[in-house]
Amino acid sequence: MSEVTNPASIVEEYLEPGELWTRRAFMVAASAAGIGYAAALGYPVYRYLASPSEMALSATAVTEVTLKDAEKLPAGSALMFKFGTAPAMLIHHQDGRWIALSAVCSHLGCTVQYEPQADRIHCACHGGVYDPYTGANVSGPPPKPLKLFKTSVNDTGVLVSRG
Amino acid sequence: MTTKTITASVYDWVDERLGITELAAFARHKTVPAHAQSFWYYWGGISLFLFLVQCFTGVLLLVYYRPGAEAFESVRQITFVMNFGWLIRSAHSWSANLMMFAILVHMFSVYFMKAYRKPREFGWLSGMALLGFASVFGFSGYLLPMDELSYFATKVGLQIPVAIPFVGTAIANMLRGGPDVTEFTVQRFFALHVVVLPALFIPLLAFHLFLVQKHGNALPPSEELKEPEDRKTVPFMPTFLRKDLAMWIISLNVLALMASVFPWALGKQYDALAPAPTGIHPEWYFMSPFEMLKLLGMVKWLQGESGEIAGILLFTLGIVLWTLIPFYDNNKESGRRGRVAHYFGLLAIFALVATTAIGYWTIR
Repeated sequence: MSEVTNPASIVEEYLEPGELWTRRAFMVAASAAGIGYAAALGYPVYRYLASPSEMALSATAVTEVTLKDAEKLPAGSALMFKFGTAPAMLIHHQDGRWIALSAVCSHLGCTVQYEPQADRIHCACHGGVYDPYTGANVSGPPPKPLKLFKTSVNDTGVLVSRG
Repeated sequence: MTTKTITASVYDWVDERLGITELAAFARHKTVPAHAQSFWYYWGGISLFLFLVQCFTGVLLLVYYRPGAEAFESVRQITFVMNFGWLIRSAHSWSANLMMFAILVHMFSVYFMKAYRKPREFGWLSGMALLGFASVFGFSGYLLPMDELSYFATKVGLQIPVAIPFVGTAIANMLRGGPDVTEFTVQRFFALHVVVLPALFIPLLAFHLFLVQKHGNALPPSEELKEPEDRKTVPFMPTFLRKDLAMWIISLNVLALMASVFPWALGKQYDALAPAPTGIHPEWYFMSPFEMLKLLGMVKWLQGESGEIAGILLFTLGIVLWTLIPFYDNNKESGRRGRVAHYFGLLAIFALVATTAIGYWTIR
């Protein structure tokens, strides 16, 4: 430990006559300036490249969507729609129930499809199968169920909202 | 093992395969002449730096730019929707203009220092080819936003080859992708600007830099007169390199200042039926040839098409003579040829400055 506590006296100690900065002080200042410079250049570039993710972020804030004329969807068929930025599906079951769920497979993100004849939701990528009423992962690799949304049907359309 | 021994053994492993020690020893012994005109040595490096900025900002623009029918809309999006998109675009346009300026300063300093003489003829020739490519870069890039100004500038620019007898119209149609400037034009200019030109420019630039390394910096005639022992040099590493990098930082600061304080404008979307806007004129680096064509067209017995052909011939002849100067002024012993080349250079500068000034003076 040095006994010198006054920074001014350190400077005096190492300075040659006629010099204003010690080598160390210069290096510290130069590095700080360099980092500041790099940040000033890097920040706009980062924000520029991040623009689409920022836009998507505001789109994911969507909490509900009205599907116009979806109430005319025949029983036993499904309709794909975009909820925020991700695909989702609305199923009108044979028993009259309306089910809306995320159409993004919880395994590796493929878009799943409703198969009315087998009464299941199937992912063609790796054979994942989900229950078309609850979204539960029934077989195959999916680790989690499909996210289920709330639905309410009126005579102008179907309102889908986050649970 | 300590960190030091690990570093040393990694260094040895790489060095054995790449020969870094040899390269470092070589770099230590490289020197650069130091004299009153040394300042001009930096302009090639500045041009190179601005080209690197072009590559970097160009790739960033490429992230959102869409050629073809959507060209204007995508540039509008870059300029007004994407964060700092205006700044990236402005930096790309400004660095293009500053690079053109730096290349011209570099070319004239090489010319007047007679750095094209033996054994540097290929350096001069490749430099002239790089200037030619840079102009095509500028011309093709100018169209990409597809706003009013770029539309008419390209329309006029591609009308010039039409004056060439017999094949003129075919050449112009090939460049345009049809008889008029359309989205087909912007699509092929895009391919030219981001694929064809870089593929030609970068290897040629590498050749140019290899020659600079091979022959070293040329001495201006005033230094040639001195006895070899009276000439001064500085080591390249680190003295010259440090100054070179300082010039790069200065260039970057100038660029940042220009790009942010005077952001590059985006005009209205082009409309093939709208009349040309008043005051429309070529970019400053195309002003001189454009004005020369216009002035020759005003000579009584050269009016109309013959004036344009005469203009193109004269301008082409000037460039050919300029390019071939190393083969005329090839000997430092010949004072007469050296003087002729010198006056030819002064004439060229006078013609460029005068026609550019007249061009700006007579903008309607």
